[in-house]
Amino acid sequence: MDKQLIQQCGDELYQALTKKETLRPFTERFDDISIEDAYHISLRMVERRVQAGAKIIGKKIGVTSKAVQNMLNVHQPDFGYLTDDMAFSQGSEMPISDRLIQPKAEGEIAFILKKDLIGPGITNADVLAATECVMPCFEIVDSRIENWQIKIQDTVADNASCGLFVLGDTAISPSQVDLSTCGMVVEKNGQIISTGAGAAALGSPVNCVTWLANTLGEFGIPLKAGEVILSGSLVPLEPVQAGDFMTVSIGGIGSASVRFT
Amino acid sequence: MGNLTKAQIEQLAEHCEKAELEAYEITKITDDFPDMTYEDAFDIQWEIRRRKEARGTKIVGMKMGLTSWAKMAQMGVEHPCYGFLADYFSIPDGGQIKHDELIHPKIEAELAFVTKAPLKGPGIHIGDVLRATDFVMPAVEVIDSRYKDFKFDLKSVIADNSSSSRFVAGGTMAKPEDLDLKNLGVVMEVNGEVVQLGAGAAVLGHPASSVAMLANMLGERGEEIPAGTFIMIGAITAAVQVNKGDSFCVRYQDLGTVSGKFV
Repeated sequence: MDKQLIQQCGDELYQALTKKETLRPFTERFDDISIEDAYHISLRMVERRVQAGAKIIGKKIGVTSKAVQNMLNVHQPDFGYLTDDMAFSQGSEMPISDRLIQPKAEGEIAFILKKDLIGPGITNADVLAATECVMPCFEIVDSRIENWQIKIQDTVADNASCGLFVLGDTAISPSQVDLSTCGMVVEKNGQIISTGAGAAALGSPVNCVTWLANTLGEFGIPLKAGEVILSGSLVPLEPVQAGDFMTVSIGGIGSASVRFT
Repeated sequence: MGNLTKAQIEQLAEHCEKAELEAYEITKITDDFPDMTYEDAFDIQWEIRRRKEARGTKIVGMKMGLTSWAKMAQMGVEHPCYGFLADYFSIPDGGQIKHDELIHPKIEAELAFVTKAPLKGPGIHIGDVLRATDFVMPAVEVIDSRYKDFKFDLKSVIADNSSSSRFVAGGTMAKPEDLDLKNLGVVMEVNGEVVQLGAGAAVLGHPASSVAMLANMLGERGEEIPAGTFIMIGAITAAVQVNKGDSFCVRYQDLGTVSGKFV
């Protein structure tokens, strides 16, 4: 795709985001759209958000479970950018009716970095050494593509289907918890709807952050000290609507909860 | 109330146990006895237990079955059930399980509670269970319904000793107060690949509630869980079919691993 078309697609996505509209899948409109094209589109969409005053505070990793990888027929994750206007506090009300189109909740582990990570050549040891703490997190994903009819290029272009997120109020050193076996329990409106464990994301959430550091390294982009990295869902996606209340708890890490309005 | 005669109970116990001992499939027994009740079904299971004990087999513990939402959905039943564990079901951690002795085995990641005080229902709750628990340890159950294609209803499965066949206990033991049982994570790997994941809450909301339910179900028959009983709480994950040559390793948060191989 040429630069002009990439810019146009990024602008369309930004408009869809701000006006809460959906778009036809790019993969239906452009036969030859590559994953690299899609990342350039997402960069344009994020650029528009930054121009409008948003600040980049971290990154999210998506497509980390085998089930979603099989659904999208890919064998690697994807990533998007987190901005400050996406972040909500523990227990707060999240206005999904105002902000999102077709939201779904994912329980995740967030990494907060204390050192830059610059790939390639980053190992899990580097990630653990660079991690200040891990926190419980809900990511509320959303798609600007109609009815979530996404192929991998569509979700990549759409900032990895990023919506909003909530961090819990516990922060645990990665040396205090086994991130591969730590269990996750998700409750919606007081009912347990799913359980999972750390290994659901590429075998370990640490693997996900390592993948991201090395992948971004190829483009010369570092993960920076202070950034929040959402490492990927450990449970199936759950559609949510205004009035729902959800809690995620993670063994050895803590819990996060959110009310949707 | 039971609808079957004592002779019918004995006949069905022999029918189900023979299928277990000789590893062949049978059709679900409610097809031939549609009027049988839950009490009949448990009578058949207790008769199988009596037959084994009469031959010198030792009963080494109890198990709960169909306790997770994943399992209930997988099997199309709405209530949990219990069964007993016989001495020859026990396989050491890291040991070998003979596939030919079984029909169509599946493995499930579980936890086991070992009691230090008796529990007698009705009215047993999670607090009673935690107080009466000596320690918790990881366990993997090998289930092997004697029913063709694992197709059964709850009464038939109860009469079949809730599909019990083998189990592997191992890993590390821990006091219940040192564990977050509800959020305790479990990762099941077969041949090195992650196949199932879950956390303790998948079992009736809290692993200890499974033991409480066992005490309350046994209480209905005037039975109790004696001190020193080994109790498997039911699957945290969906059951996974295994073939000859498969090896498994289940990793538990804070409790180590349990592994074995089908030969």
